[in-house]
Amino acid sequence: MSKKLIYLDNNATTPCDPRVVEEMVPYFYDLHGNAASRNHPFGWRSEEAVDYAREQIANLLNVDAKEIIFTSGATEADNLAIKGVYEMYARKGNHIITLETEHKAVLDTCKKLEKMGAEVTYLRVDRLGRVDLKELEAAIKDNTILVSIMWANNETGVIQDMKAIGEICNRKGVLLMSDATQAVGKIPTFPKEVGIHLMAFTSHKMYGPKGVGALFVNRKNPRVKVTAQMDGGGHERGMRSGTLNVPGIVGFGKAAELAQKEMAEEAQRLSVLRDKLEKTLCESLEETYINGDVENRMPHVTNISFKHVEGEGLMMTFNQEIGVSSGSACTSASLEPSYVLIALGLGDDLAHSSIRFSLGRFTTEEEIDYTIEEISNGVNHMRNLSPIWEMYKEGVDLDAIEWTAH
Amino acid sequence: MAYSEKVLDHFKNPKNVGTLDKSSKNVGTGLVGAPECGDVMRLQIQVDDNTGVIEDAKFKTFGCGSAIASSSLATEWLKGKSIDEALSIDNMTIVEELALPPVKIHCSVLAEDAIKDAIKDYQEKNK
Repeated sequence: MSKKLIYLDNNATTPCDPRVVEEMVPYFYDLHGNAASRNHPFGWRSEEAVDYAREQIANLLNVDAKEIIFTSGATEADNLAIKGVYEMYARKGNHIITLETEHKAVLDTCKKLEKMGAEVTYLRVDRLGRVDLKELEAAIKDNTILVSIMWANNETGVIQDMKAIGEICNRKGVLLMSDATQAVGKIPTFPKEVGIHLMAFTSHKMYGPKGVGALFVNRKNPRVKVTAQMDGGGHERGMRSGTLNVPGIVGFGKAAELAQKEMAEEAQRLSVLRDKLEKTLCESLEETYINGDVENRMPHVTNISFKHVEGEGLMMTFNQEIGVSSGSACTSASLEPSYVLIALGLGDDLAHSSIRFSLGRFTTEEEIDYTIEEISNGVNHMRNLSPIWEMYKEGVDLDAIEWTAH
Repeated sequence: MAYSEKVLDHFKNPKNVGTLDKSSKNVGTGLVGAPECGDVMRLQIQVDDNTGVIEDAKFKTFGCGSAIASSSLATEWLKGKSIDEALSIDNMTIVEELALPPVKIHCSVLAEDAIKDAIKDYQEKNK
């Protein structure tokens, strides 16, 4: 393949920034020590490197370095936060509140806890993907120990009003955890300012390496504790045992430093490109809809439904060259479309017709222009092939047809 | 998941895309699937009154690449066949020809259903 591939799936993972990789390399070779080796320079140097990275990450979040617990990624951090709180605060209660549109790392963790005796409330979101604050407040009960609400949604980029949520949780005296995987490093995320007690995030969504993430755990007012889910040498203040991934953590730290410096400018640049992509497609293709709250959204994400076009088929028209993601789950055995889009109230047909574009640090305007052209051609190709597009154009009421569900 | 060359070829250059006059007596139309399942196939056959042979076949499909390839292939196979021969087309033959993976077998099932549905429609019109 001679053509350059275009990557617009940065919500799935980002490429490493070369400046990150450069920092990491020595820690695979000369500086290979175990950060927990207390008795020789190899260990000391690794420990210093980890401490420095912890500072870099803490600075990005405006928290104390001691409040950062390293994990293998955001999934582990989500698990540690939710299961850890459930165990640690068992005497206070067993009720957890979360959202229908959370990532599976949160939802499946909650489902598992339900089997172990937890009571979980899954709050709905509105048409725009936002939680109703009154419903949230009303859901908090005497036995509620944790509210877990993601900062920004991975599929739609919709941002929740974390400050208002934090205010409610603090007034009601319950802990607030946020899966901020998609937000950290892209928009300002200061947990203490909004009243978040636990926050999960990961390196590979912010131009750092895969395999390393972190959980922020508030240390003062209140002092939050979680029961370790990984037992062993008592690393990370006893909350997460296991030898630290030193090169990964060094890269994570550098990625945080770069994000802090470049975030504002990058967000501005990407929102211009995203808006161009979105606007051009919506203007040139009829029956095209943007999913989620466009007023409260990550700057680099757009989720678009092209009516009467099946998402996976559409992707096939350009996926030899362009990497995006579809809300259609035709590839999975279940055939269920995106539960996130369904929760927004989209019909199954529009959910099947959706594509998520997530731009990133290395996206260029030229790539966006090419993408617009390819997507437009693809949608037209698919609509020419689509019997329901033909019926729609002929004015047939599609809802009146008795389809044979399979 | 990578697609087979045959699926890609049918997807990019689908054969027999189009619409036949569904009110015509010698045209049978099959419409199967549902938009909310992510697959809708419309397959049509036109039968020669004198010979009983399928002289033309057209399709339009809303769906993934495998669904489009399955219906494109089905129309190719239908042309020149008698009704009885057409009824004997089995979804597993489509699976084999297109090298469909297990998660895409339902696409071939849908194509077989569309063929049977189109033939049924033709037969009901010509009782």
